[in-house]
This record gives sequence, structure tokens and C-alpha cells, in this order.
Amino acid sequence: MQWCDERMSEPSPRVPADGPGDRPRVGLFVTCLADIYRPNVGLAAVALLEKAGCVVEVPASQTCCGQPSYNNGDLAGAARTARQTIAAFEDCDYVVVPSGSCAGMLMDYPKLFEDQPRWRERAEAMAAKTHELISFLTDIRGLDAVTTRFSRRVTYHDSCHGLRALGIKEQPRRLLASVEGLELVEMADAEICCGFGGTFCVKYPEISGRMVADKASDISATGARVVLGGDLGCLLNIAGRLGREGNGISVYHVAEVLAGMADVPGLGDPTDSGGRAR
Amino acid sequence: MESLSHAFKERSVHALKDETLQVALHRAKDGFAVKRAKAVEGLPEFDALRDRAVAIKNHTLEHLDHYLERYADAVERSGGTVHWASSAEDARRIVVDICRAADAKMITKGKSMVGEEVGVNGALEEAGFEVVETDLGEYIIQLAHEPPSHIIVPAVHKTRGQIADLFHENHAKYGLTRKLSEVPEMVNEARQVLRSKYLAADVGITGANFLIAETGTSVIVTNEGNGDLTCSLPRVHIVTAGIEKVVPTAEDASTLLRLLARSATGQDMTTYTTFSTGPKREGDPDGPEEYHVVLIDNGRSTMLADQFREMLRCIRCGACMNHCPVYGAIGGHAYGWVYPGPMGSVLTPLSVGLKEAGNLPNACTLNGHCAEVCPVRIPLPDLLRTLRHREYQLKLGLKPLRWGLAAWVWFTAHPRIYRIGTRVQARMLALLAGRKGRFTRMPLAGGWFKGGRDLPAPQGETFMAVWKRRQKDSAR
Repeated sequence: MQWCDERMSEPSPRVPADGPGDRPRVGLFVTCLADIYRPNVGLAAVALLEKAGCVVEVPASQTCCGQPSYNNGDLAGAARTARQTIAAFEDCDYVVVPSGSCAGMLMDYPKLFEDQPRWRERAEAMAAKTHELISFLTDIRGLDAVTTRFSRRVTYHDSCHGLRALGIKEQPRRLLASVEGLELVEMADAEICCGFGGTFCVKYPEISGRMVADKASDISATGARVVLGGDLGCLLNIAGRLGREGNGISVYHVAEVLAGMADVPGLGDPTDSGGRAR
Repeated sequence: MESLSHAFKERSVHALKDETLQVALHRAKDGFAVKRAKAVEGLPEFDALRDRAVAIKNHTLEHLDHYLERYADAVERSGGTVHWASSAEDARRIVVDICRAADAKMITKGKSMVGEEVGVNGALEEAGFEVVETDLGEYIIQLAHEPPSHIIVPAVHKTRGQIADLFHENHAKYGLTRKLSEVPEMVNEARQVLRSKYLAADVGITGANFLIAETGTSVIVTNEGNGDLTCSLPRVHIVTAGIEKVVPTAEDASTLLRLLARSATGQDMTTYTTFSTGPKREGDPDGPEEYHVVLIDNGRSTMLADQFREMLRCIRCGACMNHCPVYGAIGGHAYGWVYPGPMGSVLTPLSVGLKEAGNLPNACTLNGHCAEVCPVRIPLPDLLRTLRHREYQLKLGLKPLRWGLAAWVWFTAHPRIYRIGTRVQARMLALLAGRKGRFTRMPLAGGWFKGGRDLPAPQGETFMAVWKRRQKDSAR
């Protein structure tokens, strides 16, 4: 593994120090997409959390947040997955998720246990300590700058669940403003859905395809060479469309840039290693 | 109206390929959203008004029987007649009977979505009446023999060129033979044709935006004034309204009116807000001789009793569809019934059944934009998810999806096996993609690629594997 520690930039000097010993134990829920598709996002999240003064734990029994079942009407299935997640993170002070969508799902867990008071209580405790990564860094840990460098012109896609369910809009922009050399150009309709929508994108591919094509043209119109966002589902969709169009725009999770770890190929970009382990 | 919602998939694909429709949709795309945002910005108390509106609607729905009776009493006191229609069929029969009893020939109509819902026009035409829609948009689609594609701008799917052609074909019989190209000319020509209809009409049928219980008044909002002419010129005025339209007081109606136009078109108020109470009284210079209200249930009391009560708060502003990216991509006709977009995706399955309209609640990315702009805070994505749950319980969805979900849930509950499976998947996909870093096609994943996109390849190792190794290394 070469895309981690040695390339990290220096920590921000402005991390609040609440006093010695006050290092919260943060459980990282990495999400199934980051786990499988983009481990770099998980590593970036760990790096950012550590720099924000947290002790990071990665419970080995975590799997998926349960959204595929929840959003397709299988509430019993979602509850089964949720029990797995709740048990895995019970010992942590916080649960932090590099995805607004999956974080929102964890916060919805109490709805799955309306008839099961004990599990409901545990789900409520889980929901109360769950945060999306970037807003956790800014709103809970008081981070307002990073000391990384990324000399590119970028645009930012607001993923819907983060934006509307969790109110994430200004936080990533605030942190990005502190990245040296980075120029942020806003796209038109940044708040309009990219057409991913979980299983929606394969159930209604033609509609989803039109939505992501519109998104891609808004992105291209900014002249930015890089798109950032906070949710891998949306980013895979956007990267897939930009890749099909072949216009050379790269896609990264915002955490990769903030952690100074965006020097690997972007999502779906050509790679030297050809997927071989290092 | 007959439902075509079962064919949603085919109809949506067809809509995406319809270039004229796409031109019309693209032009309409930002208009309403931008105007609404401006109107909301100009009213600092907008959110407080929304809270009040929710409280008014919730209170009324909680005591709906009481307010409906109060309203009906007030209508009768003012000399009008109230008819109760429990089904669409009842509503059609009642309206036809009133028109027959009035010995009517010509009927003018203001725009009424509940009229579309119960199929008033078809029933009247079948009974031999001439029916003319007077809202310009409704008039256009009536000429085109199409249903509305939007609840406030029914002809939003039509381009100016198409409308010019329709007028050219249909207005020759009035001696209007010049082919028009400018919007004001077309509006004037439609006015000219409609004016003669207003004067000749025996019955005028309107919908209602609100029914005021304390006074027995029905309220309609229009921008063309066609509603006024429809309810005041003919001998008989029929109001068709869903039972959820009732509000306790004029004050309550006023609160909702302040939200309605802003949410719908971004106007502070519509050009006309028309209040009608009973027939012409002695000494009134004009007004109808008979005033009828048809109160339509058609499934609403079932909604009132189950998990979908919140849907009855809907004031039919259309903001949800104006902000829905799926509606924006395919337009309203693809949905296959009267109400399109997010509100329609809740209402349609409840009206025509989940078996018929199961696609609608699924054809949504749950992006939440609709709920964000809804003036009465209906949690539309949650209601759509509830419908998906109902569909799942009834085993109506796609079988392979059910199997896939069941398998996935099993994996998520077995972390060790899940770890192995994900490691293999990440490695295999990365190797198969090679240096290219993405797939342009893949067996069994056709859906993804049908959307005109590639699939980025994984980096090769799972995060969990990397993390485990890192922990081991640092322990050493």
C-alpha cells in the first residue's frame, strides 16, 4: 500500500484541543462502496479524523448500511443489516461516515424498530452519534482549514441526501477554500440530483442516463478539470458518464483532496498498476 | 381517467426520445423553480406560513367530517345544492344529471384536476353535450385530444409551433384561417373563440382550490379570468371538488393562498382569485341561477384512515413536479394518469392500485427536492418509500431484485463471508478492467451501461483489507 502515510501533508494547526485525554473514539463506517471501489476514501477519512484529534477505530464486523433494502421496501431486511451495524459500533463515541447518504441511513435506523423497544433504543443511540465525515470535521471538531495543496480548478456536486437531510453545503466549501492552489468554480444546478439514486440507476437506466448526461454537461461548462463530491454512489455515476464522454475530467471524493491524497488516478481514470496489488 | 401507468417504462423511454417534447421540457425546466425561489426569498415569513398551513390542514383533516358538514350547511343556506360522490362514477353521473336537468347544450369548464380524475369531460361528451375547456392550456390539450401533462400548466409539453398548428387546424371553422406564430396573437385568437362559448354556455363547471366551511364559499385562482366567466355567465354553476379542499375559515384560505401562487408560478398572487357563494341573489346584477357543489371522495377517505393522510394536505401547486429531475426528464404523460411527478407517484398507486402503477413510486431517486419545496411539507419521499414497502409486502416487484436483495442482506449479516466476497470482487474487477480503469460493458450489469455511462473499476484492494494490514504492520 503506497497511497497513504508518506504522502500526507502536515496537520492543520487549528485543530481544537479540548485538553489532553479528550480524544474521542471515532468508529469509521467506511461504506460498502468505499470499501470495495475506493479504499483511498477510507484512508483519507482516517487521516482527516486523526488530524482532527480523533482516535479512529474500524470495527471489523461492519458491512453495508442497509439502504438497498430500505429503499426497495424490504424493511425487515434493512433491519437485519442495521442490527449488524448497530452492534458493530456500540463502543464508539461517534460513528463517522464518508457519505451523506449512508450517514442519513444510519440516522434513520430507529424507524426500522418501531415495534422493538430495545433495538429501537440502541438504534436511537446510534443515530444520535452518527455524522457525515466533512460536517463532523467542521461542526463537531471545529476544523475550518486544512494545509494541503491541490493546484486544480474543481467544481463540487452537492449530493442530495447530504444536502437536504443533513444540511451539508457550506462545510466542504469552507475546507476546500483552505486548500492551497485549488480554485472552486460552481456549476449550474449543483443541487440537482445526478440520477444515481441507488437501484434507481439500474431500474430506470434511460432516465438516470439523461439525468447524469445533464449533470455532465453542467460540469463540463464550468471548465473545471476535476469534480468533487461527498458520496461515492453519485461520484461513480458521474465518473461513469464523464468517462464515456472521454473529456478527461477527473472525479475524486472531497476527502481525498482535503487529506492530500488525490495523487492517485481519479475514479475510472486509467491506472498504471492495472488493478494489481501493491 | 383510464390509467396507462403500467406502461411507465416504455412511455418514459419514448418521452426521452421525443425531441419536440424535450425542447418543451428543457425550456420549462428552470422557469418555475427560479421564479419560486425569488418569490420565497421576497417573503421572510414563508416558512412560518408553511407551518401554519400544515397546522390548518392537519386540524381540518382531523375533523374533516365536521367541517364538511359545516361547509355543506353553509352552501345550502346560501341557496346552493351539495351532492356527495363517493366514487368517480358517482361524480360523473351527478354532473351529467345536473346538466340534463338544466336542459343544457353547451358547457364551459374552468381547469379542474379532480374533473380530469373522475373523467367529467368524457362522460359529458358521451351524453351529447358540447364541452369547452376555457383555461388556455386545457383548451390546447382539448384540441389535441390529450390529457394534461402538468397540474397547473397542462400544455407545458407543447411547443409554440405545435400550438400554432392546432389552432390553424381547429379555428378555420370560425373563419380564423391565418397561420399564427406569435404568442400574443395566439392568445387573442383563443380568447376570441372562447368568448362566444362563454356567452352560449348553459352550464359552467369549475374546480375549487379551497372550500370555506364557515361561509360555503368556493375559491378558484386563475391567471386568465376564465374562471370568473365560467362561473358567472352560464345559468348553472357546478363546482367539482375533492373533500380535502375544505378549510375552516376565510382566514385559513388566505394563509394557503399566500403559499399557493408563490409555490406554483412564483407569483405573489394569481391575477384572479374568485370567490363564489351560492346562486345569484335578488338584486345581484349577475351570477348563476343554480349553484351545485359535487364533493368527491374517490378514495380520499381511505387515505385519511391510513399512512397516507399527509398526502391530503396537498394544495395542487405543482412545485414538487417543477423541482423533480425525473419529471423534468420525461414530462407528465409518461406517468400515465392524471397526476404526474412526485405527488402523482403517491396518488396514482393509491387510486388505480400498486399493481397498475407500481413503477411510479420506484421511479424516484429519493433526492428530496420535492419535500424541500412542498408548501405543506408533505414528506413525499417517505410516502414513496412506504409505497415501495407495500409493494414489497404484496410481492409485486421484480423477482430478481427480491432475490438479489435477500442475498445481499444475508451477506451483510455475515461479515466474514462478506469480507471474502468483497475482496474477491474488488480484486477481480480491478484486474479485469486493467490499465483502462473502467468498464465499457459487463455481463449481468446491463442496466448500468444502458444509461450511457461506463463503470469505474475498483482500486483493487478493499479498504478493510488495507486497514487490517496496516494495523498488523503498526503492531509489529
